[in-house]
Amino acid sequence: MKVAIIVFPGSNCDHDAYYSFKKILNVDTDFVWHKESNLDKYDLIVLPGGFSYGDYLRCGAISRFSPVMKSIVANAKKGKLVIGICNGFQILTESGLLPGALIKNENRQFVCKNVKLRVDNSETNFTNLCNLGDTITIPIAHGEGNYYCEDNVLEELKSNQQVVFRYVDDNGQTQNQSNPNGSKDNIAGIINKQGNVLGMMPHPERNAEKLIGNADGLKILNSILTSFGKN
Amino acid sequence: MNEPVVNLELAIEHGLSEEEYDKILKILNRTPTYTELGIFSVMWSEHCSYKNSLLQLKTLPKEGKQLLVEAGEENAGLIDIGDNLAVAFKIESHNHPSAVEPYQGAATGVGGIMRDIFTMGARPIAALNSLRFGELDNNRNKYLFDGVVKGIGDYGNCLGIPTVAGEVYFEDCYTDNCLVNAMTVGVANKDRIAKATVKTVGASIYAIGSATGRDGIHGATFASEELSEESEEKRSSVQVGDPFTEKLLLEATLELIKEDVLEGIQDMGAAGLTSSSAEMSAKSGLGIEFNLDKLHLREENMIPYEIMLSESQERMLAICKPGKESEFEIVCKKWDLDFALIGRVTDSKNLTINFKGKTVADIPSYYLSAGDGAPVYKREVKVPDYQNDLNSFDTNNIRSKESTEKEFLKVFSSTNIVSKQWVYHQYDYMVRTNTVIGPGSDAAVVRIKGTNKAISMKTDCNARYVYLDPRTGAKIAVAEAARNVVCSGAKPIAVTNCLNFGNPYKPDIYWQFSESIVGMGEACRVLQTPVTGGNVSFYNESDKWRVYPTPVIGMIGLIEDIKNVTPSGFQNIGDLVYLIGETKNELGGSEYLKVIYDKVAGMPPEIDLEIEKSTNETILNAIKSGYVVSAHDVSDGGLSIALAECCIINKSNPIGIEAKISSELKEHQVLFSESQSRFVISIKPNFKSDFESLCNSNNIIFQSIGETGGNELNINDLFNISLSKLIDVYYNTLPEIMNSK
Repeated sequence: MKVAIIVFPGSNCDHDAYYSFKKILNVDTDFVWHKESNLDKYDLIVLPGGFSYGDYLRCGAISRFSPVMKSIVANAKKGKLVIGICNGFQILTESGLLPGALIKNENRQFVCKNVKLRVDNSETNFTNLCNLGDTITIPIAHGEGNYYCEDNVLEELKSNQQVVFRYVDDNGQTQNQSNPNGSKDNIAGIINKQGNVLGMMPHPERNAEKLIGNADGLKILNSILTSFGKN
Repeated sequence: MNEPVVNLELAIEHGLSEEEYDKILKILNRTPTYTELGIFSVMWSEHCSYKNSLLQLKTLPKEGKQLLVEAGEENAGLIDIGDNLAVAFKIESHNHPSAVEPYQGAATGVGGIMRDIFTMGARPIAALNSLRFGELDNNRNKYLFDGVVKGIGDYGNCLGIPTVAGEVYFEDCYTDNCLVNAMTVGVANKDRIAKATVKTVGASIYAIGSATGRDGIHGATFASEELSEESEEKRSSVQVGDPFTEKLLLEATLELIKEDVLEGIQDMGAAGLTSSSAEMSAKSGLGIEFNLDKLHLREENMIPYEIMLSESQERMLAICKPGKESEFEIVCKKWDLDFALIGRVTDSKNLTINFKGKTVADIPSYYLSAGDGAPVYKREVKVPDYQNDLNSFDTNNIRSKESTEKEFLKVFSSTNIVSKQWVYHQYDYMVRTNTVIGPGSDAAVVRIKGTNKAISMKTDCNARYVYLDPRTGAKIAVAEAARNVVCSGAKPIAVTNCLNFGNPYKPDIYWQFSESIVGMGEACRVLQTPVTGGNVSFYNESDKWRVYPTPVIGMIGLIEDIKNVTPSGFQNIGDLVYLIGETKNELGGSEYLKVIYDKVAGMPPEIDLEIEKSTNETILNAIKSGYVVSAHDVSDGGLSIALAECCIINKSNPIGIEAKISSELKEHQVLFSESQSRFVISIKPNFKSDFESLCNSNNIIFQSIGETGGNELNINDLFNISLSKLIDVYYNTLPEIMNSK
C-alpha cells in the first residue's frame, strides 16, 4: 500500500498526515507536490488540512485548479480511495467530488477543540473498524467548516447513507450545542455515492497517539488500512 | 513625490533631536540627503537603536553553557538542547500598531516574530503571546481584544504554527495602550543554523517575498512616541499581513538554508530594507550596495526614501553564496515567490543606495547600528511621587466584606482569573501534532519528534506587582514563569523578555525601567536562566493612561524525558494533595484587593529567590522520581483559586477536594494571599513517605491538605461549591461578556 499526501502551497497539516501514516502506521508514504500530474502508483490519496493558497477567494477554490487535481479526479472516478481532511474536504467539494459546500462558521470565529463524532455509517472503507453509533473524539480546527447543501441533496445523502460522521454531545445525540460550526444536520463528514471519496472537517491524524489525545483517530486510519487488507 | 529640503526642522519632524542631527552632519561631513535622513531617523529611533535601554540591558546575565549565541548577536536566542538540536526563541511587542488597528497590528506582530525565528534556520514549533487590555466594560476595549485575538489566530492558523500558551490581563491602565507581545519558539538542526552576515565581496543580495509598497513607512518611529489623537491618522503606518506569503517564505527559507546556498539571511522587520541591510553590514564589517531600480514594487513612483523605509511584510534579504545563484532561484520559483537581485556585498563598510543612476545614500553602517555608532543614552531616574502613598497602604487593615463563599466567587469570576478558552479556541493549538499540553495549563509542552524530549514554555508578568515595586515585581515575573515551567515537568533553561513601559524621557518611568532590569537580572542569575534577547517597547502611555510597567518574561524549559510531562489539574480520585511553600499575609497587589476593594496598592508579595530555586528543584526532583501526578503553581488570586483550578482544568473529568489548611492567618488571608514560591501538587498515595522525606531533606515547607475526590470544592468548611458551578463560572464568564453587545 502506498499513500500520497498532496502538498499545495499553504498546506500545513501535510506533515501531520505524513507522520501518522509513515511513522505511526508504518505505511509507505510520500509527499506529492501539487504540480505532479500522475498519481497512478498510489493506493490512497490524502488531501491534508491547511490553508492552500491562503484560502484566498474561497477555501479550496484555487487549489482545485492545481495540476495534481486532474489526476485526483481521474483516480477518484476509477474508484481509488481519497480522503480530504479539513481544507482537503473543502477542496473536494470545490472540485465537485463531493456535494455541498463549506461556509464560514456560524459564529464567524475560527474554532479549535476536541469534539465528539458519531459514526453514522460503519460500512465504509474509512470506518470499517467502528461500530455504527460509536462516539469518537477527534479535534477540529477551522474557520469555514459549516457544511451546507440544498435540502434535496441532504435527503439524497441521508438515503444513501453518505453522512459518515455527525457532531454529537457526550450522550451521542445531535444537539445544537454539540454543533461547533452550524453545519446542516450536524454533518462532520460525508462520502461519495461510490464509497471511495471521504471528506471530513475533523482531523483524525491529530489524534493518532495517546501522548497527544486518546488515539481515537486511529480507528479511522486503521480502517483505511484494513480495507487494503493490511492491519 | 518631491523630496523636501533637508534641514534641522525636518530632522526634528523625523523625531531626531538637534544634538542627533548635529551628529549626523559630523558623521557624513555634509548635509544628509532626504533618503539618508530617513535612514538615520529610523535606525536611531528607540525601536531600532535601543538608545535609552541598551546600557541597562547589558547588565542582564547572558552566560550559560547551553547558549549558542549571545543576546543581541542574532535575531533570537539559541539554546543547545542536545541531540544536535537547538531551540531558537524570542518575544516581541506590536503594541502601537495593535492599539490603532488591532487585527492587522496583532497579525503582523505574529508574522514578524515568526520571521525572526525561521531566518535563523529554525522551524517554528509554537507561538505564544502576552496580551493586556483595558477593562471589558468598555466597548472599545472589547473591540481591541476581539480584533487582536482574531489577528493572532488568523495569521498563526494559516501559517500552521500552533499557538500553545499565553496570558491575558484586563486593567484600566491599558485602555489607550493595549499590549500585544508575540513569542515564537523554533527548533533548528545545530549544524544548519543561518546567520545574519555577509562574507564575500561581490556576493549577490536578493530581496525575496512580497513586493514593497508604501505600507508601514515610519512604523519604527511611530512605535517610538506616545499615542495620541493623531495616532489614528497614522493608521497607514500599520502594515498589512499576508500569512500565505509568509508560509511560502518560511518553507523557501528553510529549503534555501538546507540546500546551503546562503551566505547570510535577515528578515525585513521594523525599518525594512534599511535595518536588515545596515545591521548585517555593520556586524560583518563589509559594505552593502543596492540598486533599488531592480526591486519589485507594489506601487508606482516610489522614491528611495519610501522604498528604504517601507515596512511591507513578508520580505527577506538573502545573501547568496557566490556560484549558487541558479539553485537559489530554483527554490524561490518552486515556492512561487517573487525575488529580485538588488545588490552586492562591497568592501566599503558603507550602506550605499543607488536609484536611477544616482547615489542617493552612502552611510558608514557602523553609525546605523545599535550599540555601535548609533546614540546610547543614560536617562535620569526618579522615584514616582505617588510611590510612597501607594506602598504605604496597609493590607493588615483589610477585612472580609462578605461571606468567604461570595468573595471567593467574585474573585474566581474576575476576567483576570477565569479561563481564556474563548481566546485559545480561536487559535489552532494542535497543528503539527506535538502539543502534549496545550493552553489553559501552567505552561505548554511541545514534544520534539524523533527525540525523547519536549520543550515547555510560558509567558508571564504580574504587572501590578511591578507597578508597586518594580524590582520585586520583575523578580516575581521571572520566578513565576520558572515555576510554571517546573509544574509541567521541565527544567527552566532560558528567558526572553518584552519590556513594555511608558516614556523613557520621564524620570519616574525610567526608574521603573531600571529597577525592573535590576530585579530581572538578579532573578535570572539565581535561577540560572540567562536572558537570550528580547525587545523593548517604550511610550506605552497617553494623556490619560500610563501602562503599568510590564516586563513580560518568556520562559523556556527542557523536558529530557517525555514521561515526566506533568499536568496542572487533578487526575485521579484518592491522590494526596499538598500545599508546598509558606502562606503569609500578603494581599498587596492581589486580585482579592482589586476585586473586593477596587484597589491596587500596598507592597507586592516578598520573593526569596533561593527558596524559589530550592523549591523548584525539589518539585522537579519529585516529578522525575515519579511521585507527582499533577502540579499547579499558586499565583493570581491565591490558594483558593489554585485549588479550584486544579479541580476543573481537566474540564471533561473534574475532580473535587475537601481541603483542610492549617494556618494562623485569617480566613481571607489563607484563601487569597498571593505569597510566592508555592505549589499545589497531587501525588500517588504510595509515595507519601518518599515525597515527604524529599521535602524534609531539602527544607521545603509543605502541608498535606487532603485527598482528591468528590464533586465539590470545600476549603476548611468555609464553603462547599459544586464543580459544575465552578465550571460554569470559569468557562462561561468570558464568552458571555464577549457575546453580549
